[in-house]
Formats: sequence, structure tokens, C-alpha cells
Amino acid sequence: MLHAYRGRKILLLNKENHVKDIKVLGSGCANCETTAKLIQEVAQAKGVEVAIEKVQDMAAILGYGVMSTPGVVIDGQVVHSGGVPDRKKVEGWLG
Amino acid sequence: MEQAETTVNGNKPRWFAGLALLAVIWVAAYASLGAFADGMVRLLGLDPQSRLGDAVRFFFFDTPKVLLLLAGIVFVMGIVHTYVSAERTRDLLAGRRLGLGNVMAAGLGIVTPFCSCSAVPLFIGFLQAGVPLGVTFSFLISAPMVNEVALALLFGMFGWKVAALYLGLGLFVAIAAGLVIGELRMEHHLEDWVRALQSGQVVRRPAEEYTLPERIRAGFSHVKEIVGKVWPYMLGGIALGAGIHGYVPEDFMASIMGKGAWWAVPAAVAVGVPMYSNAAGIIPVVEALLAKGAALGTVLAFMMSVIALSLPEIIILRKVLKPRLIGVFVGVVSVGILLVGYVFNLVL
Repeated sequence: MLHAYRGRKILLLNKENHVKDIKVLGSGCANCETTAKLIQEVAQAKGVEVAIEKVQDMAAILGYGVMSTPGVVIDGQVVHSGGVPDRKKVEGWLG
Repeated sequence: MEQAETTVNGNKPRWFAGLALLAVIWVAAYASLGAFADGMVRLLGLDPQSRLGDAVRFFFFDTPKVLLLLAGIVFVMGIVHTYVSAERTRDLLAGRRLGLGNVMAAGLGIVTPFCSCSAVPLFIGFLQAGVPLGVTFSFLISAPMVNEVALALLFGMFGWKVAALYLGLGLFVAIAAGLVIGELRMEHHLEDWVRALQSGQVVRRPAEEYTLPERIRAGFSHVKEIVGKVWPYMLGGIALGAGIHGYVPEDFMASIMGKGAWWAVPAAVAVGVPMYSNAAGIIPVVEALLAKGAALGTVLAFMMSVIALSLPEIIILRKVLKPRLIGVFVGVVSVGILLVGYVFNLVL
């Protein structure tokens, strides 16, 4: 299931100027909420279009190889795990 | 990695020089704590011999001291965290046998970044990679209980002996409890969905790489995060300590929490287990109990049971553990802490 999923993401990655597909991995903890909000904020400030999805399913989270939540997945790539990311780091992803 | 090294190389001496300068400032500040506190007492026009003067001096001595220690230790740990990720710890523990594995797990629990909110994915991730159940538990017990914030605060407020005792006994409880749970062979008391996931393929991803400036920045942001969260509790604890220090040193708690009362330790653990607090939140209470004559073993047992076990954590772990295993987990850790409290009170 996961593999099919990943294939789709790679297709998206090849398109220019696509909407960034962002997943916040976490079991609904406060840090995960903060992370999702931070990404939304930065995206808005930079005028980048994003689709943020919160992933709470444990199998899916582990499927990304993430053990420390919150984790962040952008277009199928894990870019961060363990704790709320730095604002600068988030700006880098959306830059 | 190589590439990252070369791009930073030009700046490396500057980063090291900056760190060295910070270290010098830190040591200088630490060395002038007494002068600062005396100065504050004089500035406020208080008589250093008076009770109020004494309390105020204590406050202005301890606050910057504990802050400096906390900031220093947390900064170093922030940098250490960039070297030791949960993934690296998992790979170090995979396939270890009970015994050495438990010792390693408890030790790694101190230096591995850990948040109780990711206890479940971590737990399953460890099992998936072949870390034995007992070893996984040693990690899960040690990681929240024996952490740099607890150690830094204990060190700053009660001296290195209390901090070292807490470290040693915390590790002991984590190792012993993990060993017992491992020996009981309770693997089949994991929830079914966990056992199904357990046999799944471990997904590995390349470890995050850091440049030196990034590591140092991680140190600073760790300080900002932790000190920002902890300072109100710390101030509360020191203010309380200052009040007690300057005024009546009565032995109010001695009768109920002193060494004489055999039931004090189990009572402390029974009260502490369901309570939920972090190390910082519990420090003011510890300060008050100790100053009022409660026995050190009883107080440390209370502190450990508050930090190591809590109702919210039990609810989180219930998602992965069947009731029997949850019961054993809580029971074994409680008994370990109980033992620590008694032994302590006997020896000291």
C-alpha cells in the first residue's frame, strides 16, 4: 500500500510549481499541532501553496521510518523528525 | 558529509573561538555569583545579617547559579542530541541480549532526545528492529526519568551528591525493571496490532547530517526551549527555598516523612505515581519537603515516581500493551523506586 503511495508522490515531484504536499506525522500531540500551524504560517507568509495533512496512523508513521514525532514529510520525503522544527528550517523547505 | 565539512571549514575557527569566548564568560559569571548576591543585598539596602537579608542573598545567589548550570548542561545536551538520534540508539540496541542490553538502553536513555509524546512509535520501532522487550522497557523508563533537566536542577539546588545519587538510582531502577520484564517473557501481552506491525519491515532512512554551526545552533535552540519552559518552576523552587532558608527551619515534615516513618516511602510512591509533572515542576516540592526535614530517600522516591510513571503515560502505553503487561510495568517500576527509597533512608 505504501509503495503505491510513494510512487504517486514521485510523479508529483516532477511537476513544476505544484502544490506542495506536506504531511505532519504524529499522534495528535501538542507539538504536532504547533508544527502544522508553523508550516501553515510560513507558507502563508511566503505565498506558497501547500496541502497539509496530519497523519496519525502508527503503521503509516513507522512506514516513513519515523520514530520521533512530530515528523514532516514533503512530497514523499521525510525532511524532519523529533520536535517542532526551526522556523528557518521550515522557510528552507518552502523556499 | 565530506562536502558539508569543507564548506564550513572556513568558518570553523570562528565557531570554536565563539564557543571558547562563551565558556570564558560562563566561568566568569559562575565565579562572581557571591559578589553579585552581596551586591544585590547592598543595593536593596538590606542588612546582610538580618533574616530578610539572608533570604534575599540566597535568592540572588541561587537563581543565577541554577540558571547558569541549567543553560550550560542543556546547551551541551542540545549538541549531543545532534549525534545521538533515536534511530541510532535503536540500531545500537537491536539484537542485544538482556543484561548488557539493559545497561546500554538505560545509559542511552539519558543522551537520546526523547519526548513522551513519541513513546508509542518509538516503542514499536524498537521492537520492529529486534530490540528485546525488556531492553526496550529499560530505555522507556530511563529516558524520561533520568534527563539533563532533572540532573541540572538537582545539581544546582541540592549539590552534586544528590544529583549523582538520582542518576545512579534512576539507572538502577530502569535496568532492574527492564530485566524483570524481560525475564517474565511477556511478548504475547502486546496488543495484537502491535504484534502485527512488529514483524513488518523496518524502514530506514539516512541519518540527518549536521554541520558544526548547525550543531551549535541546535545547542542554543535547546537552551531557549528548555530554559523558556522551566524557569517559572525553577524560580518558584528557589523563592520557596529562600523563604525557608531565611526563616523558620522547622522540622514540620520530619514526623510524617522522616526516616522514622516506615510507611512514608510507599505513601510517597502511591501519591507520586498517578501525578503528572516534569522534573522542573516537581523541584519546588522537593525543595520544600527536604527543607522541612523529610528524608532524602523518601523525597527522591517521590520525585522518581512522579516523573517516571504518570496516568497520561499509562493511558498512552495502554494502546500498545495489554492490561497484564501495563500492570507488571507499573508494579515493577514502583517496587524498584520503593526499594531505592528504603535503601537510601537506611544508608544515609
